Amino acid sequence: MANTLPPTYDRNGRHPLSPKVDHDEIARFNFLTNLNVHIGQRVSPGNRTAFDNRVSPKFKQETGRPLETRQQVRDAMKKDPFYQCWAALRRNTMEQRQQAGRHVVLRQLDDLIERAKEHNDGKETLKIDPSAEAPRYLAAVDNHCMPGSYYTEIVPDDVLAGANYETGLFVTTAGSMSSKGDGGGRSIVNFVRDRFPDFSPKRILDLGAGIGANTLPLASAFPDAEVVAVDVGAPMLRWGHARAQVLGHDNVRFIHSDGDTVDFEPNSFDWVQTTMFWHETSTSAIQSMMKKAYDLITPGGLFLNVEQPNFKPETSLFDQFTRDWDAWYNNEPFWSKLHVMDVFEVMKAAGFQSDKMFDGGTEADIERGQFQSWSSTVSRHKAEAKDSGDAKDNSYKGERWYLFGGWK
Amino acid sequence: MTDIDVNKLANAKSKGKRPYFFDDPAVERVLSITMAVATELAVTRERLDTVERLLEAGKSVTKANIDAYRPDDDASKERQQWHADYIARILRIVHQELEAVENEALNADPEKLADDFAAT
Repeated sequence: MANTLPPTYDRNGRHPLSPKVDHDEIARFNFLTNLNVHIGQRVSPGNRTAFDNRVSPKFKQETGRPLETRQQVRDAMKKDPFYQCWAALRRNTMEQRQQAGRHVVLRQLDDLIERAKEHNDGKETLKIDPSAEAPRYLAAVDNHCMPGSYYTEIVPDDVLAGANYETGLFVTTAGSMSSKGDGGGRSIVNFVRDRFPDFSPKRILDLGAGIGANTLPLASAFPDAEVVAVDVGAPMLRWGHARAQVLGHDNVRFIHSDGDTVDFEPNSFDWVQTTMFWHETSTSAIQSMMKKAYDLITPGGLFLNVEQPNFKPETSLFDQFTRDWDAWYNNEPFWSKLHVMDVFEVMKAAGFQSDKMFDGGTEADIERGQFQSWSSTVSRHKAEAKDSGDAKDNSYKGERWYLFGGWK
Repeated sequence: MTDIDVNKLANAKSKGKRPYFFDDPAVERVLSITMAVATELAVTRERLDTVERLLEAGKSVTKANIDAYRPDDDASKERQQWHADYIARILRIVHQELEAVENEALNADPEKLADDFAAT
């Protein structure tokens, strides 16, 4: 099979703040990246085969009726030995990636903290609020098996969560998030420029921005705009702010706050962006955050979100089961609720008008950086989507982004 | 150096009940340890590859040279291909089980075959 090898980790984008990775740490990341690709491309398709040839017929034989819900599919698949092995491998690989990334950062944590402080201390562009607390839904479970989640601080001025997130992203996505991990932000810019060529925002707010990897392309695209990145994880913001500074973005402000209680003047942003975190957010928090977002947007301003698309009526039960998998087994429980949420109803409840809402897709924009000569990048998600066997549902493709939003 | 236990923190459990997929959790534990050992063998193999390439280039094999080594495109692809081949080898049983699900004709029971062919 051609073009199925991911780039080696040494090709991943680096900046002056990047943790040192020694030879064996790179090799460990290389193995885990290849294992992710192998599981996605070679092992995952077997779930469909096991479902079609064994699980589904057995259910019908035992009950006299076909599988009718995604819950039934999950319960039936749980008993299948091939699925069991695939699931155990996949969960374990994620845990190994977390261990490997954390070890790289932890062994040099003092140095990383000191280097981040050089770019953070005394800067007006970073505001950490010692009284800010992680909301209950976030504190209840560590998303995608990342111990301590985004907000835990093990030492003063901690940057572990942010540095580990950035260091391991390449491994989990096999390079498909672009060489600076900013594939989402790059695609958002392409979408906005293509769809709304006259839009020229002066103030942009990115809620739940994490380390701001996907915020920086917005700041690059609109250099005259004031850009504010908000997140509830102090270690993400410390790392993200220092990272933005070394990458030459000294006009992006990083503010420590929960998205639905963030304190800005009403009608003060002409673009509020949320990127790939609805699936990590509880339904009630999404609802209150959208009300807040509507309040903050200027009349005529834009709200835009990028996520993987929700289920459609034609999404097969097996695909629903596959796409829910991370919710149950990769510590992302809210994703299951999001998959069946009517996001436009949520926007309407927040104040948006039906005739001013939209959705659409855009191709992933991958800056290959150091892996120019690699003819393709591969990701576990892409392989799983491609091999899910559901020809009717073309909405879920790992190399394409889904966006929805509205104008106030 | 801040007093932190690096290995303990690197190994930390994420919050949320850990799912076990096999009928017996002990199987999962063994698989997890086996894959970790497999990872470390791959790391050692990649280091050996670096040593070979340094020697081929007439360079001295020092820790500094090993850590500084960056494969060119051809070497990079060869090393990734080795990982892909290696993973395919160690997961052989998984792929054989999938073949068995794909093709029922591969699953004839030897005892039944012996009886069937004895009767013909």
